[in-house]
Amino acid sequence: MVDTTATAPAVRTLPRRNNFLLATWSLFYREVLRFLRQRNRVMGSIGTPLLFWAMLGSGFGESLRPPGMEGALDYRTFFFPGTVMLVVLFTAIFSSISVIQDRNEGFLQGVVVAPVPRISIVLGKVLGGATLGLLQGLVLLLLAPLMGLPFSALGLLQGAAIVLLTAIGMSALGFAFAWRTDSVQGFHAVMNLLLMPMWLLSGALFPVEGAAQWIRYVMMANPLHYGVNALRQVQHGVPMEAFPWNETVVLGCFALVTVLLGVWLAGRPEKS
Amino acid sequence: MTLQSGQTTSPMLVPSAAARGATMVRVEGLTHRYGERVALRMIDMEIGQGEFFGLLGPNGSGKSTLLRILGTLLRPSEGRITVGGHDVLRESAAVRDALGVVFQSPGLDGKLSVEENLRFQGYLFGMRGAMLKRRIGELLDWLTLANRARDKVETLSGGLKRRVELAKALLHQPRLLLLDEPSTGLDPAARQAFWRLLGDIRAETGLTVVVTTHLLDEADDCHRVALLAQGQLVAMDDPEKLKARLGMAVARIKTRDPEGVLHRLREEEGLPAELVDGEIRVTGQEVVERMPGLMKRFHPDIDAFQVGRPTLEDVFLAMTGYVISTHGEGEDTNG
Repeated sequence: MVDTTATAPAVRTLPRRNNFLLATWSLFYREVLRFLRQRNRVMGSIGTPLLFWAMLGSGFGESLRPPGMEGALDYRTFFFPGTVMLVVLFTAIFSSISVIQDRNEGFLQGVVVAPVPRISIVLGKVLGGATLGLLQGLVLLLLAPLMGLPFSALGLLQGAAIVLLTAIGMSALGFAFAWRTDSVQGFHAVMNLLLMPMWLLSGALFPVEGAAQWIRYVMMANPLHYGVNALRQVQHGVPMEAFPWNETVVLGCFALVTVLLGVWLAGRPEKS
Repeated sequence: MTLQSGQTTSPMLVPSAAARGATMVRVEGLTHRYGERVALRMIDMEIGQGEFFGLLGPNGSGKSTLLRILGTLLRPSEGRITVGGHDVLRESAAVRDALGVVFQSPGLDGKLSVEENLRFQGYLFGMRGAMLKRRIGELLDWLTLANRARDKVETLSGGLKRRVELAKALLHQPRLLLLDEPSTGLDPAARQAFWRLLGDIRAETGLTVVVTTHLLDEADDCHRVALLAQGQLVAMDDPEKLKARLGMAVARIKTRDPEGVLHRLREEEGLPAELVDGEIRVTGQEVVERMPGLMKRFHPDIDAFQVGRPTLEDVFLAMTGYVISTHGEGEDTNG
């Protein structure tokens, strides 16, 4: 044992604040900064919507015409929200891979041992991922007029709100999976298993009305279904009384539940 | 340069008089299991404020597990642990506020600059503005990192990265610094530089430091070391006192025929000889007194006969029957 009176104890002299907002913001900002510093990610995330836009807007739109739908414009109009959501879904969920990466690289340990509210850790990551999703969704929404779809500023705004809410829920879902997964490959495998059916049964490809009864039930349980549905309703702008509030509430609840799930998972010290 | 640089002093932030010069870490009846495997068994220890405390043991001895529990990262199966008087489970926020941790795996964001890494760390601890900027400046100067402040961390050498980690851990003026195998991945020169720096920091701040290591020269610097083997606390004392317990001397004998010489030393001479890493060791004062006779009888068969003070390695071997890896690097992520 040393003589503790001989040396000055490290007395805390720096002022502190409740750091919920500061911590959330800084973790969010780090996500965005990291994204911007990786040129291939930026290129990929702008390129993906461009590619979808090109495909949807040209040959793809002309060649596929389901019976009962006349004219390429109708078909594009039908397909557009699903395409936006496909891009948003993948970006938002896969941005959570950074949780696994941060854990493996050791960065996450440093965050977890800081006196940061666990909800900041979740929100920082989730809002970061959702922002990237929104960014991509916006690119596509802005390109809509170039696809021959009517442009509406109100529709853009309402669409962005739906996209953001959906992206938060998806990103939080990804976070909850990623928190307990130790390999990027494992995360990919599980997410692909989940994502493809989720998108296929979201109403992006076919409307819920024509589907078999059991598929209808699955679609009703699929949160993405509400995102696609809501976006479809607002894509050309709707007055507030016609806004799809029911879908919005479902999306909001889904986001809340997944975020809380993340907080719960992140708040438990590990047993192994 | 001092660490006490803030202007406003809130009484809330100053450790209470009771906590000063008192126990910093108290571990009572700590047991931890990974499933069936017992990683730590009934550990009791106290670490005083200002102490430089080493956890020494081979890979898998449980030292990293103990450090992770102290760092609030792992929930112990049984036992009560307090840091600065706060329970690690029930008051984890207060414990985290008191802790600075340098993990074995680098905890820096390679895509961010040195300064950005420190700034984010400050934000996580509720520091901001001019105060944070000044504090970062101080640490960069102190750890001679100022000229690399704007470089991305991924471009730095291993030794520099470790120094940034140390700066990051010290940023919020922790009361307890935890270091998990801080020499991992460093070359000998960087290792020495790191330990010298740590010594300076301790001298200047009186910070309590707990370090895990399997490197004996590192453990030698500690005020006290705890020897861990297979999850059990084998001994805990001043390294010099531990060595003194063994008796005054240890003889090391190098030979081309270790088995034969070992057998003769045991059977013909009745000495407590042991074979460690291809080298024969005999512990105790007796071997010194009988050295001339031994030399006469054994010299045709041996290459070197060296008598010296026991090392911590000898202590560890005598107490546990295990050899700590002396060959530098060893990965110990959950041991």
